[in-house]
Amino acid sequence: MPRSLFEKIWERHVVARRAGQALLYVDRHLVHDGGFHARADLAKRGLKVRRPQNTFGTPDHYVPTISRDPADAATPEIRRMVEAYPASMKQHGIPHVLLGDERQGIVHIIGPELGITQPGMTLVCGDSHTSTHGALGALAFGIGQSENEHVLATQTLWQAPVRTLRIRIEGARGAGVSAKDVILAIIAKIGAGGGVRHAIEYAGSTIRDMSMDERMTVCNMSIEAGARAGMIAPDDTTYAYMEGRPLAPSGEAWRGALAEWTALPSDAGATFDREVPLAAGDIAPTVTWGTSPQDALPITARVPDPRDIADPGRRESMTRALAYMGLSAGTPLSDITINRVFIGSCTNSRLDDLRAAARVAKGRRAVVPAWIVPGSGLIKRAAEAEGLDRVFVDAGFEWREAGCSMCVGMNGETAGAGERVASTSNRNFEGRQGKGARTHLMSPAMAAAAAVTGRLTDVRALGA
Amino acid sequence: MEPFTRVTAAGVPLDLPNVDTDRVIPARFLRKDRSVPEYSSFLFHDVRFGADGAERPEFILNQAPYRGARIVVAAENFGCGSSREAAVWALAAYGMRSVIAPSLGDIFHQNCFKNGLLPVILPADVVAQLRRQLHDRPGATLTVDLESQTVTAPDGALHRFEVDAFGKEMLLTGRDEIGLTLGFEARIREFEARHSKEMSWAVPPRAST
Repeated sequence: MPRSLFEKIWERHVVARRAGQALLYVDRHLVHDGGFHARADLAKRGLKVRRPQNTFGTPDHYVPTISRDPADAATPEIRRMVEAYPASMKQHGIPHVLLGDERQGIVHIIGPELGITQPGMTLVCGDSHTSTHGALGALAFGIGQSENEHVLATQTLWQAPVRTLRIRIEGARGAGVSAKDVILAIIAKIGAGGGVRHAIEYAGSTIRDMSMDERMTVCNMSIEAGARAGMIAPDDTTYAYMEGRPLAPSGEAWRGALAEWTALPSDAGATFDREVPLAAGDIAPTVTWGTSPQDALPITARVPDPRDIADPGRRESMTRALAYMGLSAGTPLSDITINRVFIGSCTNSRLDDLRAAARVAKGRRAVVPAWIVPGSGLIKRAAEAEGLDRVFVDAGFEWREAGCSMCVGMNGETAGAGERVASTSNRNFEGRQGKGARTHLMSPAMAAAAAVTGRLTDVRALGA
Repeated sequence: MEPFTRVTAAGVPLDLPNVDTDRVIPARFLRKDRSVPEYSSFLFHDVRFGADGAERPEFILNQAPYRGARIVVAAENFGCGSSREAAVWALAAYGMRSVIAPSLGDIFHQNCFKNGLLPVILPADVVAQLRRQLHDRPGATLTVDLESQTVTAPDGALHRFEVDAFGKEMLLTGRDEIGLTLGFEARIREFEARHSKEMSWAVPPRAST
């Protein structure tokens, strides 16, 4: 019987079944500085990490990005979080990188970058954006801290089966249309809850034509559509990306792995519980106007009017979102002025993203504070080798160190109340980037365009 | 974990769809020890309290009849977004035992089961009716019965719900999940032996640094 990519990986990892759930084996467990509750609970029980060699840690949520010195943490309490991480890794015998190591970075950036994430694997992490790793053809999803503790103790997880959803995107993207615009358009179409209890497989020529960095941007925001996981079948782009990564198989093991990986893509005739088709040609550079990632429109549109919404709950929700965002219905999106720019996060801080932002920034000047926060130390170095740091610095952008930073603000790097941020991150929720801060989500090129004009801007008008 | 069998308590209606876990508990509280006595004050903090720390009277949990609510009746996709289990810890610290909604954020849904909170999925029109009844009769009670998989509405109507059989068993017994899984050790070892042959490239022989 033809099977999907999801079904192939799932079935291969079932250890046992009980009352409708499967005990799934976890090939890789990524941990970070935000997961201390789980590790403390494990220690309290007197249990050890069952498979330290299948576990890997990096500090990202709490680290400062102004420097690599914990003393630069925003508050003494945050500094204690930064300083507690190395001891926690050591206590549990978990392989890890530390702040100051060039390999340190956002957990969802360094997993693929170091070759920890591989096709056909199950991978979990106590962070909802774990769906990112599905871009390599892995089954990857975010878990809570109780589940973290369970994986640390047993290397397994109890999971109820989920349904499958295939989103097929065909055709070439227009000028200025990035992977971020594609995923924002998908979320706007199916809704922030459209993928609940589903694993999404992204397919079609638009996806096949994407680089790995772009595919990771798409899979990253699967959770923003409510999905358990997002995944893309491995192909030559995937194998070329994997080959030679520090922790990827090599030699004889590489050939064995490759033979396995090429059998992973969904079989012709595999059935999905739902299918959603999309045409890339219909997607324009996109920005969000509200407080849910589904509140996304082409930059050429206007702020929507709650009076046009029939459903009372949705009308109230839109009214509230516009009040929080300080926006009036009917305003052209490109008239909205911004106070600052954040280019970073596990969604958009890879080399492709920095290159796209630099193409727009080159020879121009930022008119608002604009941060570039690379996803890892290795990305930072690669960007510097291409001279991207000079482009940004010459254009008045701030070139920072790797971490989650202002995407979630847990390290104290937040925007002020009422400040409007053009951001390449993944969530425009109320208070996400700081209490009272207002977030507009967009691509790196669009964020760079906003930085040099001071307002939401159609990047196509800047010739990018 | 505190078992869940049957709870009769006041319900609080939350009408907005897509209430994310950042709103349930803002990120700056995630570094707090969850045993601190003020943990329940982190729940919905930034919509519940003003900048001066005073309660916002318009927020429904600050209105007298709803203060003692133990059951949340929410709208679509409640608990979406971040995987932070602190969203469930804050609800539990406040005293909430069950969340009823047409759909729930997936990770939030899982996290509920691990903390003695029963997630109940009912059709959108039924949940809308429940919320309406709770608005019309502030402080009205509902009964959520896990054994029979039923919700008794304030108007007495009985609504049956489906629940994951594994989650039901764990909640009814309050059984420790890690304890259960440690009992599968032989099966896990057997799997690992097979896995290291079938997917040898995926099995690190030693620490991976």
